[in-house]
Amino acid sequence: MIRFPIVGGMEILFFILAGVALVSGVLVVFQRHPLRSALWLIVNFFAVAGLYLLAHAEFIAAIQIIVYAGAIMVLFLFVIMLLNLRLPEAVGKFPHIGQKILGIALAGFTALILIYGFSLAKLPPAKEAAPGLGNTEAIAKSLFTDYLLPFEVTSVLLLVAIVGAVVLAKTRLK
Amino acid sequence: MTLTIPSFTLSSIGPWLTLTGTAILILLVDALSPKGRKAYFPQLSLLGLGIALLQTFRLWNHTGTDFARMVYVDNFAFFFYAVFILGTALTVLISRHYLEDYGKNLGEYYALLLFATLGMMLLAAGAHLIMIFLGLEVMSIAVYVLAGLFREDAKSNEAALKYLVLGAFSSAFLLFGIAMLYGATGGSLYLDDMAARLAQAGALTQPLTLLALALFIVGFGFKVASVPFHMWTPDVYEGAPTSITAFMAVGVKAAAFAAFARVLFLAFPALKVDWVMILWVLAVATMTLGNVVAIAQTNIKRMLAYSSIAHAGYLLVALVAANQLGAVSLLYYLLAYTLMNLGAFGVVILVGRKKDSYLSIYDYSGLGFQHPALAAAMALFMFALAGIPPTAGFVGKFYIFSAAVQAGYIWLAIIGVMNSLVSVFYYLRITVLMYMKPPEAELGPVAFTPALTTVLLVTAVGVLLIGIFPGFLYNLAVNSVKIFPSL
Repeated sequence: MIRFPIVGGMEILFFILAGVALVSGVLVVFQRHPLRSALWLIVNFFAVAGLYLLAHAEFIAAIQIIVYAGAIMVLFLFVIMLLNLRLPEAVGKFPHIGQKILGIALAGFTALILIYGFSLAKLPPAKEAAPGLGNTEAIAKSLFTDYLLPFEVTSVLLLVAIVGAVVLAKTRLK
Repeated sequence: MTLTIPSFTLSSIGPWLTLTGTAILILLVDALSPKGRKAYFPQLSLLGLGIALLQTFRLWNHTGTDFARMVYVDNFAFFFYAVFILGTALTVLISRHYLEDYGKNLGEYYALLLFATLGMMLLAAGAHLIMIFLGLEVMSIAVYVLAGLFREDAKSNEAALKYLVLGAFSSAFLLFGIAMLYGATGGSLYLDDMAARLAQAGALTQPLTLLALALFIVGFGFKVASVPFHMWTPDVYEGAPTSITAFMAVGVKAAAFAAFARVLFLAFPALKVDWVMILWVLAVATMTLGNVVAIAQTNIKRMLAYSSIAHAGYLLVALVAANQLGAVSLLYYLLAYTLMNLGAFGVVILVGRKKDSYLSIYDYSGLGFQHPALAAAMALFMFALAGIPPTAGFVGKFYIFSAAVQAGYIWLAIIGVMNSLVSVFYYLRITVLMYMKPPEAELGPVAFTPALTTVLLVTAVGVLLIGIFPGFLYNLAVNSVKIFPSL
C-alpha cells in the first residue's frame, strides 16, 4: 500500500515540479527534431533545479541553472545548428514496435518494484547540516576536507573526457 | 570559517600519481615533439608502469585508510594494483606493432590506457562509494574512446557507441543504487561503517537496501559481462581494436570484480542470503550461455568474447562461495586469466596481421606446421583457458570449485565442472585445427617483434609457473583477503 504524505504547500510544489520534469523528459526522447529535444531538455533542467531548491540545496539549484540550462544547453544548440541536421527519413510507420512495447513494459515493471520498495521503507532521519553555515559554505567545507580526494579525482575524470573527445574528433576521415 | 584540510600521505596513492603523471607526460611529449618522431610512448608507458609496480611493492603490508577515509591502503588493493599493472604492461607490448599497421600509433592511446589503469586502481582501493563511482567512470570513459579508436572502421564505431550507451545506462543504475544506500544508511557512503549503519537501521530500511543491492548487481554485472547484462560483449569485443579487446577482457573485468567483491563483503554481509541467491543464478546462466554460444563462433575474437563471458561466470562462483577460499580463488583466477587471455590475444594479433584479415578460426589450420612455436604457445593458452593441468587455469578452477563445495554449493560446483567440459570442445578445436588440418592458405611470414615475443614468453612461462607452483601466489592472496572480517 502506498502511503501518500500529508499534502501541504511544499508537497503540491514537489508534485508539480516532478510532473513537469517527467513530462519534459519524455518529450525530449519522443521529439523527431533534435532542436526540439534540446529545448525540452531546458524545461527539464529548470524543473529539476526547482526540486533541488525544495530540498534546500540552493547552491546545486543555482549551478544546475547556470551550468546545465545555461552553458551546456547553449553549446548543445550551437552544435545542433552547426551540424544542420535534417529530419531523419521515416522508417515505416511504427519502427521497432515490438522492442518499444517490451521496453516500456519492463520499465513500468521496474518502476512498480521501485515504488513498492520505497513505500515499504522508513527512512532514518537525515544528517543535520552544520549549524551556522550557509548551503554554499557547507558544500565548500566538505569539498575541501572530507571529499578532497574525490574532488581532485574529478579533475582527472574531466581530463580523460577531454583527451578522449580530442582523440575521436581530431583526425580527419579519409 | 576556517578549513582544516585533513592530513594525508601522498605515498599511499603513489601508484595513482605515477600513472597520472606518466599519462600527462606522454600527452605533452606528443604535443611538443615534431611530426613523425613518435616512437617513445610504449617505453614511457612501461617506465611509468614499472615505477608504479615498485611503489606498490613498497606499500605492501600497509593497512588502514587515507585521505579522510576515502582510500583503502591494504593488500587487497595492492594485489589488484599488481594485476592491473601487469595487464596494462602486456597490453602496451602487444599494441605497438598492431597500431602501426593501422597508422594509429598515437600518444593519446597510451595516455588513455594509463588513465584507464588509474580508474581500475580507484575501483580496487575506493573506500567510499563516490570513489568507486569515479573510478568506474575514469576507467569506462577511457575504454569507450579506445574501443572507437579506428574511426574509419564501422565496426569499431559500433563497438564504441554500443559500449558508451549501455555503459552510461549501467552507471546510472549503479548511481541510483548508491543514492538509495545514502538514504538507507542515514547519509554515509563509507564502506567501512556501512554494514554497521545498515544493521542499526535494521528492518526499517531493508526494502531500500535490497533495491540498492539489486541495482548494484545490475551495474557491476554489466561491467563484468554477466548474463543477462552481456549483450554488448560480443559486438564490442569484435569491433574494438584487438589490443583493446584484450585489455577490456582482462583489466576492466578484474577491476569490476575487485569493487564488486569489496562492496558485497564489506557493505552487505547482512544481506548475504539474498545476494548469494541472485549471484548463484547469474553464475549458472553466465557460465552456461557463454560456453554454449562460444561453440558456434567462427570468429576468434567473438569466440574469446563468449569465453570471457563464461569466465565471468566462474568468477561469480567464487563470489557466491563467499568464504576465504572463494576470495582467494577470485584473486588467483583473475591473475591467471590476465596471463592466459593476454597471451591468447597476443597470438591473435600475430596471426591476424594486415588489418585483421586472419580472424576466422579456420585461419589457424596448419599453424602447427608453419609456425610451431606460435602454435605451441596458442595451444598452451587454450589448454589454460579450458582448465587443463598443469596450467594456471586448472589450479584457478580447482580453487574456485573447492570454495563452492566448501561453502556447501555442491550443485554449483557440478554445473561449473560440466561447463568446463563443454568449454574444452571449443578451446581444443583451435588446437586440433592447428595440428591436424592442412593449412587452408599460406600464412606467410609472421612479424615476430621483440615486444610480442616477450609477451608470449612472459605469459606462457607465467601460466605454467603459477600453475605448477601456485603456493607463493596462494599465500599472497590469503594475505590480501584478510581484510574481510565477514569471511
